[in-house]
Amino acid sequence: MSVASKSATGGTGAAATAAGPARDTRPLYDAGDLADLDYARDLADPGAFPYTRGIHGSGYGGKLWTMRQFSGYGTPEETNRRYRELLAAGGTGLSVAFDLPTLMGRDPDDPLSQGEVGKCGVSVAALPDMERLLDGIALDRVTTSMTINAPAAMIFAMYLVVAERQGADWSRLSGTLQNDILKEYIAQKEYIYPPRPSMRLVTDVFAFCADRVPRWNTISVSGYHIREAGATAVQELAFTLRDGIEYVQYGVDAGLAVDRFAPRISFFFNAHNRFFEEIAKYRAARRLWAHVMRERFGAADERSWKLRFHAQTAGVSLTAQQPYNNVVRTAVQALAAVLGGANSLHANALDEALGLPTREAALLALRTQQVIAHESRVPAAVDPLGGAYFVESLTRELEDGARDTIDRIDALGGMVPAIEAGYPQGEIADSAYRTQQAVETGEQTVVGVNRYVDAAPPAVETLYIDETAARRQSERLARTRQTRDEGRVDRTLDALRRAAAGTDNLMPPLIEAVRAHATLGEMCSALRDVWGEYEEAPSV
Amino acid sequence: MRKIRVVIAKPGLDGHDRGAKVIARSLRDAGMEVIYTGLRQTPEQIVEAALQEDADAIGVSILSGAHNHVCPRVMTLLAEKGADDVLVVVGGIIPDADIPRLNEIGIEGVFQPGTSMQSIVDFITTHVRAGARQSPPAS
Repeated sequence: MSVASKSATGGTGAAATAAGPARDTRPLYDAGDLADLDYARDLADPGAFPYTRGIHGSGYGGKLWTMRQFSGYGTPEETNRRYRELLAAGGTGLSVAFDLPTLMGRDPDDPLSQGEVGKCGVSVAALPDMERLLDGIALDRVTTSMTINAPAAMIFAMYLVVAERQGADWSRLSGTLQNDILKEYIAQKEYIYPPRPSMRLVTDVFAFCADRVPRWNTISVSGYHIREAGATAVQELAFTLRDGIEYVQYGVDAGLAVDRFAPRISFFFNAHNRFFEEIAKYRAARRLWAHVMRERFGAADERSWKLRFHAQTAGVSLTAQQPYNNVVRTAVQALAAVLGGANSLHANALDEALGLPTREAALLALRTQQVIAHESRVPAAVDPLGGAYFVESLTRELEDGARDTIDRIDALGGMVPAIEAGYPQGEIADSAYRTQQAVETGEQTVVGVNRYVDAAPPAVETLYIDETAARRQSERLARTRQTRDEGRVDRTLDALRRAAAGTDNLMPPLIEAVRAHATLGEMCSALRDVWGEYEEAPSV
Repeated sequence: MRKIRVVIAKPGLDGHDRGAKVIARSLRDAGMEVIYTGLRQTPEQIVEAALQEDADAIGVSILSGAHNHVCPRVMTLLAEKGADDVLVVVGGIIPDADIPRLNEIGIEGVFQPGTSMQSIVDFITTHVRAGARQSPPAS
C-alpha cells in the first residue's frame, strides 16, 4: 500500500483503499459520476432495502435520535448523580463508562488496579456497586448502553439482577451491551481471554438474549475505537463490517438461526472531521450490511438487514490547545452523524483532551445536540443529501474500498485469523503514523496546534479525580466479601468453571454468581483458570 | 557516537497504544534504537527493560490518569538500581496541575496532547547528550 500524497486522486480501487491522510476528492462532481446509479437498486426510498437513505421511512420524523451522553467516573454514587443530571437536562438514554479495572475484569483491590480506580470511568466490582449506580433509575423505562467488552457478560448479569430486584421484567429491558471483543484485539486492546473463547462469550449473550431479553441490543459492533486508533474512514468501515460478519458467522456456527439474533446486532461509528466522507460512510455502511445479511447469510427478516448505529464525535480530533475550538469541531461532527442518519449520538465535551468532562462541559455537549435537533431544522427532511453527485459518489467509493478490504480478510480466513496474523492492527498503525506525519509537515491542518497557534491560550477547568474513589471502592469491596456467604460464592464460581470447560450457555451461571455477590474479578478469574489470558506480541 | 537507545513503555491497564506506537516509529526514524515494551507493564518491568537494554531514556505513555502512581515508582526503582542517569519522559493526558510534581521527581519532559514528534525527538536528543552519559562508544 503506497503512502498517499497530496496529488492522490479519488476513485474506486487502490486510491480509495490507500490509507492516506489526504484521500483527496475532485473539486467538482456532476451527473456523469452518477450515470450508472440506479435509484431503486442503489438508494431506494428511506426504509426500503438497501437502506442507503436510512432505515426509517420517516427519518427523524417519527423519533429523533437518542441523545446518549457517555459518562462515568469515580464511585457509583458520583456517577449516579451525573446520570440524574443528564436525564433531568433532557438526555434520553444512559451510557455507562466503566473504569479500566472494570474493563479489564480486575477488582479495585487488585495490585494491577492501583492508580486506575474510578479514573477513566466508574468502578463497578460487585452487585451492590451496580445497584448504587442505577439507584432511582427505572430500568424498564430508560434505555442503557454499557461500554464493556471482555467482561460484558458479567456486567450484563449484574444489570439483569438489578432489574430483577427493581421488579423490572427482563423482556421489557432495552439497551445495548458493547460486547465487541474483536475491536479490542484490533484497536483498544482491552481483552482478557484469547479470541476463540471470547467469541463464545459473545454468542452466549446472543443466545441468552434471544430467549430472555429480546429487546436488548446484544452487541454494538464498533468502528469508533478502530478510527480513534488511527484508521481511515474506509478502514473503519471495512474492519467494522467484517467484524460484524465474523459475529454473525460465529452465531450461525453456534447453531443459532440468523434471524433469531441478527436483528439485535447494532453498530457504533466515529463521527470525524471530514464532513461529507463521514456522511457517505454511514450511508455506505447501511447499504453494505443489507447486502451482506440478505445475500451472504440468507437472512429473511428485514430487521436483520437494517444497520442501526450509534455515533460519537471523534475524541482523537480534540485538542488540548485552544480547547474551546473543540465545541465547534464537535458540532460539525455531530451534524455529519445526523445527516448520515445516526440512531443515537454522543457529542464529546470540549475538555476531553485534558481529562474527563466537567459537569458544565458535559452539559454543553448535550446542548450541542439539542441545537442541531431543535433549531437547525436539519432533521426535518430524510436523508437530505441523497442524490447529491458528490455524496453519492463518495458513498460508492467508500463502499468499494471497504469491499476490497473485506475480501482481503475473507481471504485470510476471517477476522479472527486476520487478528491473529496482526493484519488490521498493522494497517491501523500505518495509518496513524501517516496521519501524524501529515500533521508534522503541516500537510494536515489542526487549528490551534500546527496553525493559528496562540501564545497564551485560555485555560479551562478540568475534572480532577483523586484517590478517594479508589479507597472507598476497596473498603466497600472488603465489606461485600465479609458479609456474603463464601460457600455459596465458591459453589457458583465452580459451576462457572465447569460451564466454561463445557458447552453450556455461560449467562445462567454468571447470573448465579452475581446473586451470590461474587466480584467481577472473581468471575473473570474463574474463566481465566479455564481459558488462560491473551497476550499481544509487541510490535511497532 | 552510538545511537540513543530508548525504551517506550506502556504501563497500567490502558490499551490505547496509538501514541506509544507513533512516537516509537518517530524516534526510530530520527535514528534512535527503540525498544517497545508492549502493553500493561509494571514499573518493575519497565525499569528492568531499561537496564537490560542499556537504555539512555525511557518514554512512558499514559492516558489513563495513572501517571501519579506509575512515574514516582519508576523514578524510585531507577535510583535504587543506580540508574538515575536514565532520562525519563512521559507523554499522554497529563493535567497541568500534575506537571510540577513530575518535574520535582526528576521528570522534566512531560508531553501533553498536540506535542509535535520533532520536539520530543529534540528534547530526548538534547537531554541524553547533555546528561553526558558515560557509556562505552558503540562500534
